Amino acid sequence: MFGYYLDLAIRSLKRNKVLTALMVIAIAVGIGASMTTLTVMHLLSGDPVPTRSGTLFYPQVDPSPLPDPEHIHKPWDVMDYRSATDLWNAHRADRQALVASSALRLTAPEVNQPPLMAQMLSTTSDFFPMFDVPFQFGGSWQPQDDQRRARVAVISSDLNIKLFAGANSVGRTLRLKDSDVRIVGVLAPWRPSPQFYDVRGGRFSNGNTSGFYSKPEDVFVPFSSSLEINAGGIQWFTCWSSPDPNVKIEDSPCLWVALWVQLDSAAKVDDYRHFIADYAAQQKSLGRITRADNTMLCSLMQWLDFNQVVPSDVRLQTWLAFAFLLICLFNTVGLLLAKFLRRTGEIGVRRALGATRGAVLEQCLVEAGLIGLLGGVGGWLLTLLGLALIRRQPVEYADLLHLDTAMFLLTFALAIAASLLAGMVPAWRASRVALGLQLKTL
Amino acid sequence: MIMEIRPIFASLRKHRIPAILIVLEIALACAVLCNAVFMISQRVADIHLPNAIDEQGIVAVRLDGTDDKLAGSDIPRNLAALRGIAGVQSVAVTSTLPLSHNNWGWSFGLKPDSVVTDQTNTNVSLLFISEGGDKALGLQLLQGRFFNSDEYANSAFGSAPLPETHVVVVTRNLAEKLWPGQPAVGKTLYSMPHYYTVVGVIADVLRPYVSSQSSRNYYTTYYPLSAGGSKGYLSRYILRGAPQDRDRILHEAEQKLGQLNPAAVAKGQTYSDIRTQFFADMSSMAWMLVLVCVVMLAVTAFGIVGLTSFWVSQRRRQIGVRRAVGATRGHIMQYFQTENFLLSTAGVVIGMGLAYGINLYLMQHYEMSRMPWYYLPGGAIGLWLIGQVAVLGPALRAAAVPPVVATRAA
Repeated sequence: MFGYYLDLAIRSLKRNKVLTALMVIAIAVGIGASMTTLTVMHLLSGDPVPTRSGTLFYPQVDPSPLPDPEHIHKPWDVMDYRSATDLWNAHRADRQALVASSALRLTAPEVNQPPLMAQMLSTTSDFFPMFDVPFQFGGSWQPQDDQRRARVAVISSDLNIKLFAGANSVGRTLRLKDSDVRIVGVLAPWRPSPQFYDVRGGRFSNGNTSGFYSKPEDVFVPFSSSLEINAGGIQWFTCWSSPDPNVKIEDSPCLWVALWVQLDSAAKVDDYRHFIADYAAQQKSLGRITRADNTMLCSLMQWLDFNQVVPSDVRLQTWLAFAFLLICLFNTVGLLLAKFLRRTGEIGVRRALGATRGAVLEQCLVEAGLIGLLGGVGGWLLTLLGLALIRRQPVEYADLLHLDTAMFLLTFALAIAASLLAGMVPAWRASRVALGLQLKTL
Repeated sequence: MIMEIRPIFASLRKHRIPAILIVLEIALACAVLCNAVFMISQRVADIHLPNAIDEQGIVAVRLDGTDDKLAGSDIPRNLAALRGIAGVQSVAVTSTLPLSHNNWGWSFGLKPDSVVTDQTNTNVSLLFISEGGDKALGLQLLQGRFFNSDEYANSAFGSAPLPETHVVVVTRNLAEKLWPGQPAVGKTLYSMPHYYTVVGVIADVLRPYVSSQSSRNYYTTYYPLSAGGSKGYLSRYILRGAPQDRDRILHEAEQKLGQLNPAAVAKGQTYSDIRTQFFADMSSMAWMLVLVCVVMLAVTAFGIVGLTSFWVSQRRRQIGVRRAVGATRGHIMQYFQTENFLLSTAGVVIGMGLAYGINLYLMQHYEMSRMPWYYLPGGAIGLWLIGQVAVLGPALRAAAVPPVVATRAA
């Protein structure tokens, strides 16, 4: 029967081409708008480390010596050097990495190119295995390099292409500010969305969070070495009192170091929670901090939620697109109603010849579904167009945008579901056509 | 007209579902339209925020990676070289520029014992400039004076994060906020142990970072700074020339600074590009909203056309009967127009309520202010008009039905 209904539907759609085109276009435009914004949402709110995000955690203690009797402040987004390195040195997690970033001048002495300003990530050796960072050549530095303050570096795929035309550059030298470092590893293209390990301060950003989707740093250097190379270039998150420029950044009253840990089981997570609480209590008894009970241990996804990483403009656009889809659906409901009710005579004949109401309903829904399928094709093309338009905008996440298989299938599922939903009322009305009345008018 | 309404109601009662559909479609369109147009107007207002510097004439070149210890000799040498470029009227160096994203905030109080952590303080942006900065930026002095040579020469960074000077120039907006109704010149900003006395008031200059619809976008303060005491904070060179020379000046300035400072990185931009880049997000959002509005109104109009045409074709016989018993074409037209007007009215009444509700929701969850009342009747009139335009075609077709139809069997 389905094949027959399909044939009927095609004939019916051909009969009034303008009306058919109107319905298909309405669905296509509604689907195109909502799938474009939904795809952006999907790519921006996804899991940046799908392989192991459940085991990654972000510990925080509140190192501020200022009292907060009413407990209104959550801990600051990052820690001071002392707290972060104390937690790191304890090695109580399965893996752990310190993170801080800075900008500096970068040259490759063996390559004839003008100097450039590069972003440097100061981190520790666990960073690469912990976040599943892919390597193209070479590999990470060793834990002892962190201790020895070795002058080594890992560089991004982009920088390797820019300086060395993509050749294996392991063993070559880079000059970072005034220090020479040896390249030990080159990353394969790596573009986590968002750049989660640098996410902080989302709650102070008024929803302007597109900066969280910028590219990873160009060069990665052991934390200890980077402090000798570029301590002055490190940007702190905030300070609880004015820093004295003559004091080293390690001793300044400023917050600038983040710590990420990997905890492989729920029991270890509990243990770690206790560990940071104990640490804070101990530091309070030493008189260094005042808010011992103000600690947090977010999982990676909780931390991203806490920072509301998806820009508020993107969320607003998604709402708008779905309101728009709803309008398109109402429009389709109206047009389908007109179309089906215009055929009451035909339906009356079918009913008189023995078709049940269910059969009429089915026939109408097949026609609605076919319109949905055609609208889905149009919606898919419009989604590609919409994404291409956003890719041309100067936003940080522009290069991330593409239509993946899940979203491609969802386009058609949504289009057919929407059109069936829109066809429901008109089909029901058509199946209720009063038999006798219609036959008399024929 | 009044006579006409009753039969319309009677017939609408028979076509409940299509009537409800049109009403809902208009209501939704009205609600989305009001809010979308309001968002567009906010974005457009943001994009056009006035900024009292010479936006068209300024070229900014950022010089990164220089040696802070040599700043005292390097900066005057760089400035002298830039001054030599043909077409450059004035040159200076500054810490940051309005709308450059690179913000240095600090909070000041008005009482001599204020410290930086006081809750009642006002957070402002700090911008440092070298001598001649007022001319290079094109700042417009409204009251008092700009800094004199001694003040430039004596201002330096010591061990504190604030410069060792005691003079400041503030914008008019900030002056009015801090000292409403009083002359600002001679007043003092405190963040002990530092204090700064206002020597001049300038026309409103935007902060390095502004946010949508904020009342604090002009909280900008300027301080003098000497090259030798700049500790690397003076890194953005400003060149002012005629707008048509900008691109050439930019290119030559990048080259000159690159040659003089081989170890550093020089990268320039015209100020209008800096501004465009800052608002790029907002303008793309505004264009998207415009597109959505246009397509949405078109979809709504076509929906009305479709449904009304269906009604017309269903009522051909009725129309023929009416024509046969003396109704003019005008009467028939009027019937469909009035019917559409009634449906639109029901739609916009619901739509205005919905628009108001959506606005309240957006105010709670997004950076959105209250929609002024006139957007509601504005949206209503818009949809009334669209309804009437959409119904025109089908109504004309209805009016063209000849009376003879009445005599034929349906």
